[in-house]
Amino acid sequence: MMELLRAALVIARRDFTAVVLSRTFILFLLGPLLPILIGFAFGGLGDRISSTDLRPVVGVAMSARDSAALERAHDRLTKRMGDQALPRLRPVASTPSPRIQLARPDSEVVAIMSGTLLRPTLTGKANDLDTLQGDISLLSTAALAERTLQFVTVERQEATTSLGAQAQAQLLIGRVAQVVMFFLTILLAGMILSNLVEEKTNKIIEILAAAVPIDAIFLGKLMAMLAMSFVGIAFWGGTAFAIFVALHDGGGALPTPAVGWPLFLMLAVLYFAMAYTLLGSLFLGIGAQAATVREVQTLNMPVTMGQMLIFFFASYAVDHMGSPAELAACIFPFSSPFAMIARAAQDGAIWPHLVALVWQGAFVALIIRVGVLLFRRHVMQSGGRWWKRLFRPATG
Amino acid sequence: MIGDTPAPSPVSPAASAPVPAASYAVEGHGLVKTFGSFRAVDGIDIAVPAGAIYGVLGPNGAGKTTLLRTLLGIIDPDEGHRTLLGEGQPLRMARQVGYLPEERGLYPSMKAFEAIAFMGALRGLPLKEGRVRARALLEGHGMGASADKPIRQLSKGMAQTVQLFGTIIHEPRLIVLDEPFSGLDAINQEKLEALIREQARQGVTILFSTHVIAHADRLCERIAIVAGGRIRFEGTPGQARDQLRSQVRLRTRVSDGGWRRALPADTVAEDGAWHFALPDEGIEPLLRALLDGQAGIESLSIERPGLHDAFVAIAGAAAAKQMQDAPAPEEDA
Repeated sequence: MMELLRAALVIARRDFTAVVLSRTFILFLLGPLLPILIGFAFGGLGDRISSTDLRPVVGVAMSARDSAALERAHDRLTKRMGDQALPRLRPVASTPSPRIQLARPDSEVVAIMSGTLLRPTLTGKANDLDTLQGDISLLSTAALAERTLQFVTVERQEATTSLGAQAQAQLLIGRVAQVVMFFLTILLAGMILSNLVEEKTNKIIEILAAAVPIDAIFLGKLMAMLAMSFVGIAFWGGTAFAIFVALHDGGGALPTPAVGWPLFLMLAVLYFAMAYTLLGSLFLGIGAQAATVREVQTLNMPVTMGQMLIFFFASYAVDHMGSPAELAACIFPFSSPFAMIARAAQDGAIWPHLVALVWQGAFVALIIRVGVLLFRRHVMQSGGRWWKRLFRPATG
Repeated sequence: MIGDTPAPSPVSPAASAPVPAASYAVEGHGLVKTFGSFRAVDGIDIAVPAGAIYGVLGPNGAGKTTLLRTLLGIIDPDEGHRTLLGEGQPLRMARQVGYLPEERGLYPSMKAFEAIAFMGALRGLPLKEGRVRARALLEGHGMGASADKPIRQLSKGMAQTVQLFGTIIHEPRLIVLDEPFSGLDAINQEKLEALIREQARQGVTILFSTHVIAHADRLCERIAIVAGGRIRFEGTPGQARDQLRSQVRLRTRVSDGGWRRALPADTVAEDGAWHFALPDEGIEPLLRALLDGQAGIESLSIERPGLHDAFVAIAGAAAAKQMQDAPAPEEDA
């Protein structure tokens, strides 16, 4: 076992330095930051877009008195309900008829309100009427009750704790952790698919296979890619933290996950490592069967779809703590890390995580072993039926 | 690109003596390896004495590489068993074995000295120590200037030398070289031969395959001739030659006479001379007949057959033809 680990470390060290010391690694590090920069740029544009008033405009073709009462009612209601709550009102001529006015090319209103406050008529397309009818009814009612409509003042009573709110916040933490873990995994684990192609095309595999067990080659490659991922995550996480500190105004404390932040972060690292090595070992096994880069590229799509399915499964489970679906997601090895990090956000029990980590680790070992035996069988053309050799020593 | 090494040492006179079983570096018994329906190795028994230079000869496709890969544990045999330095699971002895595969492979972006150290590290040599040894090896063989160059910037011969150094960097007890001379020019082939002898002098067992018989003839204490996945001969090169009778070449001034009845039945006339195998009773009765018959002996030579002739006889004409058709070593890789 020690020899296997030693050999794996030699492979891992070579792969890690080969990747990290290459020029392309800079691009790898900067790549995920591009969406953030683009987000900032488009965020400003988005703000400008959202500040543009997109509320529907309703023309008012009523008497001056009714129109004035409507405007006052509109002002009073928007003060309490917000600027975007009600459609804007604009006076229009009472002639020609609303239908004719709406058909004009220069018409700027969606619908026209006519008649009286007591019996208003709204003219417009059916779907616009569906949207606006209730608002217009409310405005008319408020306008009619101008002098008698009383607004009730609500008394504030502040509480230090709200378990419901805490549960909501922890659910949110679980969801965010799942999404972050998933995107990191999908970004990083896919690279493992092509990891053995270099060795095969450069004939280096023969030298490696003669010197160390193929298990060590697989394990070393996984370790290298995981270490490289941690470098990336440290860089991106550090950048994100710096941005957070720079922009955070100090108000509002972060909600706390059920197991507490320190343990949650530690579990997040461990579960990411497990998710990465579980998928990575599978990808390595699949990719190792491919003879060329073209074959690896062909494999990429179905593999990504498989990842998506696992994520959907785990994200469904996060809302259903304790349900059979959530338990299944925790047990199924590939969804287990995602389901368990969500559980860590919502449930303070520690022992399930210890069990889950051991369970996931066992599957990593199993998948590597199966991948190795398939590699020996189909690529090295060695060995008999792979399942008969599953539990033999790696050097045997 | 292979550095100068001391002058060749003569082949041990004890090479042909029986070897005790315990002193075999490599053993294989009843080895069979099939790829689909093709039996690449077809029931091979082999035993390589510790400390010997042992050659596996055979034409391309004879099964040499598959045999070496099976012995090293890169692939498992379908039948039979093998031991490497006394261990039934070859990979457990990986630290004491060096292997140069037929298809050379190095990471193109790795520096030369790092590549050598990496190959040593795979076999248990600490990386730091490997780097020191790699630089010393490269400098000692006139390649110091290339130590920090990436492999992709080296010539093919230099890259091959780097790989060879990677094979010996950890000072193995057994070195297995698969077609080590292919891809090397004549000068580097000479240097490689010297390097092999130097390693053997230090007590290292050398097992190498080749389809060029001259290398085996010059280097090997024992050889195995492989054809069609089977060993057709195993022994010393001298024993291989002894499989054939010496050839007699006779030129006479008189072309006909009663003395011709004394020539063996297998005599062939070619290029104005008579060619035949040395008779079992020796040359004297024939000489007497030639002198009595006044044949006028112009020249008479007795030539001991070469290893190539032995190979032709042992492996069969088809295998020999296959060897002749094989590309020259320089064009091979």
